[in-house]
Amino acid sequence: MSENLPPEADDPGRRDFLKFAAAGVLGAAYAGLVGYPVYRYLASPVEKAAAEGEVKEVVLDDALKTPKNAALMFKFGQKPSMLIHHEDDTWTALSAVCTHLGCTVGYEPDKKIIFCPCHGGTYDPNSGANLGGPPPKPLVEYKVQVSEGKIVVRRG
Amino acid sequence: MDSRVGNWLDERLGLSAIIELATHKRVPEHKHSFWYYWGGITLFFFTVMCFTGVLLLLYYRPGNEAYESVRQITYDIQFGWLIRSTHSWSANLMIGSAFVHMFSTYFLKSYRRPREFLWFSGLALLLLGMVFGFSGYLLPMDDLAYFATKVGLGIPAVVPVVGPWISDLVRGGPEISAFTVSRFFALHVVVLPALFIPVLMLHLALVQKHGMSSPESELEKPEHKRKTIPFFPNFAMKDLAVWLIALNVLAFLAAMFPWSLGPAADSLKPAPMDIHPEWYFMSSFEVLKLFGKWFPGEFGEFAGLGLFNVGLVLWVLVPFFDPERRAGAWARRATWFGLVVVAVLLVTTIWGYAVLPAAAH
Repeated sequence: MSENLPPEADDPGRRDFLKFAAAGVLGAAYAGLVGYPVYRYLASPVEKAAAEGEVKEVVLDDALKTPKNAALMFKFGQKPSMLIHHEDDTWTALSAVCTHLGCTVGYEPDKKIIFCPCHGGTYDPNSGANLGGPPPKPLVEYKVQVSEGKIVVRRG
Repeated sequence: MDSRVGNWLDERLGLSAIIELATHKRVPEHKHSFWYYWGGITLFFFTVMCFTGVLLLLYYRPGNEAYESVRQITYDIQFGWLIRSTHSWSANLMIGSAFVHMFSTYFLKSYRRPREFLWFSGLALLLLGMVFGFSGYLLPMDDLAYFATKVGLGIPAVVPVVGPWISDLVRGGPEISAFTVSRFFALHVVVLPALFIPVLMLHLALVQKHGMSSPESELEKPEHKRKTIPFFPNFAMKDLAVWLIALNVLAFLAAMFPWSLGPAADSLKPAPMDIHPEWYFMSSFEVLKLFGKWFPGEFGEFAGLGLFNVGLVLWVLVPFFDPERRAGAWARRATWFGLVVVAVLLVTTIWGYAVLPAAAH
């Protein structure tokens, strides 16, 4: 039979390689077929949260009651966020998630800074700029609109 | 095995080989024998945790009710506080005795040929044990657990490209939630035991195969001057006595210092000022904090994590640097490296506790 075939088709090295390649392709196909639904199953809440994260604005009805030099904590989508009422009656809305390792930060009225208790990072309450400690980036700032008894916070 | 039943069983189960092993096994006895008990102590605390863990499973409910169910275990169920306290104390004592076991085998150089796989499997058990601790720490969902886990899961997120994706997948979303608790619960009670127990079996089988390692000071003596005692009953009885001491210490701590339960986690409250991880993560927590202070920004994060990972890789590979007796300069270097590791871990751990606000004490 081998006489009818080109000589290289009978080469055992080549045959073994083809066998391994076929087994590899088949194995990868099975891993993909089994792995894909498992991955989507595990990632499902992540995808759902990402969809909810596309919130564009949040209306804070009672926010005007926040005293001066204090912060109101709220959720922007799923992200903890803060609305700071400054002493000169201006407002700043920032993400309250530390850009270092994701702890929730807090406003310190005595020192007028935003402080992260986890690793001691500090931020400027007016801009969210990272002032000291480990945080690599400023806090995300939102746009604030004050109107008839409520405050609307929008993605910047 | 004289009786007919004995013969019948022996033919099928090969019991005589085990009995043969037990009667002839001998354990070296010398001035460093004290350190031989620490592996057994670690095993004892592990069995206590299996037992109390099953009891906790009967009332614990993962998901949204996690905090409420732990509150019930702690305050409503008879002796629930004691079972939970024993589980937590035993976990800490297990990690503690595993550290003692690891450092004593390191400085006695038990990782040398042919015991390399005892060293590797032991380290795998310690790392799995720490993941057990990390995953168990979140399950009550009180505020300290919540934020400590938040920081812990923030660490893989700094790895470029795949990091945030891994963190999100482990958390089940961008924030810690009931999904995270369920995932950690499955990890803690099913996945980790399924990985831990076979590695433990390998570790124990290798101890049987190679016997206890003798330190340098013993190997220098001529063979006939080395003392040994029979494993059974002499060493086994001593082991049992040590286990009894371990049980007494555990009972004292669990009953006199019951494990506390903080207020329920609330993602909108700033992290508590005294936030800190379990003591066995305190060193890495403090190193991360210090590097963040010294080198602000992303570089500090990478430097801190890099230092820990390089140290860990060197630690794992030590049997290759210091493979046998008369390794000469490398043997001394390995000892010095070990002393530096102990010093760094101790100093950063103590430092970490010293700078915590008073609320923690």
